[in-house]
Amino acid sequence: MNIVVLVKHVPDATADRRFESDNTVDRVGVDGLLSELDEYAVEQALQIKEKADGDVTVTALCIGPEQAGDAIRKALQMGADQGVLVTDDAIAGSDAVATSLVLAKAIEKIAEANGAADLVVTGMASTDAGTSLVPAMLAERLGLPQVTFASVVETQGDQIRAKRDGDAATEVIGATLPVLLSVTDQTGEARYPSFKGIMAAKKKPLENYTLADLGVDAGQVGLDAAWTAVEETTARPPRTAGEIVTDEDGSGAKALAEFLASKKFI
Amino acid sequence: MSEILVLVDHVDGNVRKTTNELLTIARRLGEPSAVFIGSGEAPVEALKKFGAEKVYAVDDAEIKGYLVAPKAEVLAQLAEKCSPAAILIPSSAEGKEIAGRLAIKIESGVITDAVDVADSGVTTQSVFAGSFTVQAKVTKGTPIITVKPNSAAPEEVAGAGALEQFAATISDGAKTAQIVASQPRQATGRPELTEAAIVVSGGRGTGGDFTAVEALADSLGAAVGASRAAVDSGWKPHAFQVGQTGKVVSPQLYVANGISGAIQHRAGMQTSKTIVAVNKDEEAPIFELVDFGVVGDLHTVLPALTEAINERKG
Ligand SMILES: Cc1cc2nc3c(=O)[nH]c(=O)nc-3n(C[C@H](O)[C@H](O)[C@H](O)COP(=O)(O)OP(=O)(O)OC[C@H]3O[C@@H](n4cnc5c(N)ncnc54)[C@H](O)[C@@H]3O)c2cc1C
Ligand SMILES: Nc1ncnc2c1ncn2[C@@H]1O[C@H](COP(=O)(O)O)[C@@H](O)[C@H]1O
Repeated sequence: MNIVVLVKHVPDATADRRFESDNTVDRVGVDGLLSELDEYAVEQALQIKEKADGDVTVTALCIGPEQAGDAIRKALQMGADQGVLVTDDAIAGSDAVATSLVLAKAIEKIAEANGAADLVVTGMASTDAGTSLVPAMLAERLGLPQVTFASVVETQGDQIRAKRDGDAATEVIGATLPVLLSVTDQTGEARYPSFKGIMAAKKKPLENYTLADLGVDAGQVGLDAAWTAVEETTARPPRTAGEIVTDEDGSGAKALAEFLASKKFI
Repeated sequence: MSEILVLVDHVDGNVRKTTNELLTIARRLGEPSAVFIGSGEAPVEALKKFGAEKVYAVDDAEIKGYLVAPKAEVLAQLAEKCSPAAILIPSSAEGKEIAGRLAIKIESGVITDAVDVADSGVTTQSVFAGSFTVQAKVTKGTPIITVKPNSAAPEEVAGAGALEQFAATISDGAKTAQIVASQPRQATGRPELTEAAIVVSGGRGTGGDFTAVEALADSLGAAVGASRAAVDSGWKPHAFQVGQTGKVVSPQLYVANGISGAIQHRAGMQTSKTIVAVNKDEEAPIFELVDFGVVGDLHTVLPALTEAINERKG
């Protein structure tokens, strides 16, 4: 079985995230890391591998600049078998449409060497763009059944079952592999790399692809090819600190009630 | 004027408020055509009331049991037929996924989570956990925009509401992810979390007892929310979770009780108009965001507050 797990390298959410003058996300000036929500995807991929009979290869795939290799290295340390990083200057500023195109081509290329992917596992959303568009677009492009926002995943042979907490109902989704699967943070904590894992990762293969390797024309990706344009980005003014009172014998509730009344909430 | 397709958000034919908001926004851009995918009679009257000039009814008998993909095919075929000037979709998880697939099918740009759409088609979004506001526009094809709840005040304007049945052709490929079981969410009798004007939330500090949080919510006519710590402890279902991996809410008033204010929680609430917190730790980061904060035990502050509110209501 072949599993491709998508790992995005994102600016650290606890740092000061910002935009460049061309309104693209600043991916260089801010420290980056493996998107927290993709750790859950790596964890599920590894659990599926561990439970499966027979050989399973887990390939961690990322599109990003050179330093995005860190996201792949983390996945390899956790236990993925090999990594593929797609790097090309032309990709900078790509939207979800172009990202999903390059990911689809890379997944096809990985299939040439490994055999076709039985499972493509992604996070529920990236922690920077956070649109959740890429998984749905990728399912559309690859013609795969879409099993997304899974909070519990079970596989048996070529069958997959996933629980999905929808807006109006909790559903169980079923499909036959190959499948595109996206998982939420409800699937369970991701493992930490062990010392052994960290050492082993150094010897695992990490391949680099360019757009030319994938047969993607540079004109199809990047900021200029995006199907949407950001016209303006504005930092929200930080919230100004409000009044804080310490409750003593009911004074807190009283003060709060007065505040709510002054704002016409009661 | 060109048509604007609006995907109707409904539960068993009952139109949700978000649909009225989308119809209101659609009128800024052109003539709203509501797309009702469901069974039974289309709720034409409800849709007309908020300005739907046309109602396309698509019988979902054949596609009900499948996830997302068939609905994207329906919209792609409708778009082909009526060449709309834009397509508006509710910004739920499913809505965004439909939008993503549709974008690839009809080769059009997509913008998600808009909190406003101007008549020029320029959208406003809130990004990076609410720390930036972004203005954007679709530059290719038919703009596909998913719109968040509470993005417009619904305006009642009578539309023609001309009903048209639309028979879509659904491919076998779209019917590969099957919904094998479905459990409707239990009605709470309270407002919907993402639509509510007031949200009262509880975190680990409740110790698992949400009685005081719920009583306060009811005195304010508010929805109840929870932190992930409260959800992970099994005190509330995931549908109540506010934050990065739960619901993003933007009410007039948000009341955080026994919630420390972790960045992932902030991501779901920091665009609220007014923020209030009750926490016994004066160092809790939530106090950096509040308009008013009480350092105290929620188990004593909330019941007293609830009583004071109920008294004022007389
Ligand atoms: C990938 C990822 C995604 C996440 N997504 C979300 C998300 O969507 N939403 C979310 O909320 N979190 C999310 N988290 C978790 C987040 O990091 C915090 O762990 C969580 O928000 C903490 O919840 P809490 O504030 O209820 O608990 P704590 O941080 O434990 O805070 C409890 C607070 O209650 C106070 N308290 C205790 N007793 C009382 C009392 N009697 N009266 C008053 N105050 C009291 C304490 O002083 C403390 O400040 C996510 C984390 C990760 C890693
Ligand atoms: N550049 C990328 N490289 C690898 N995976 C990605 C990339 N962009 C998005 N993804 C995957 O798609 C998921 C959803 O991303 P998004 O649509 O941006 O919210 C992420 O959690 C990743 O698993």
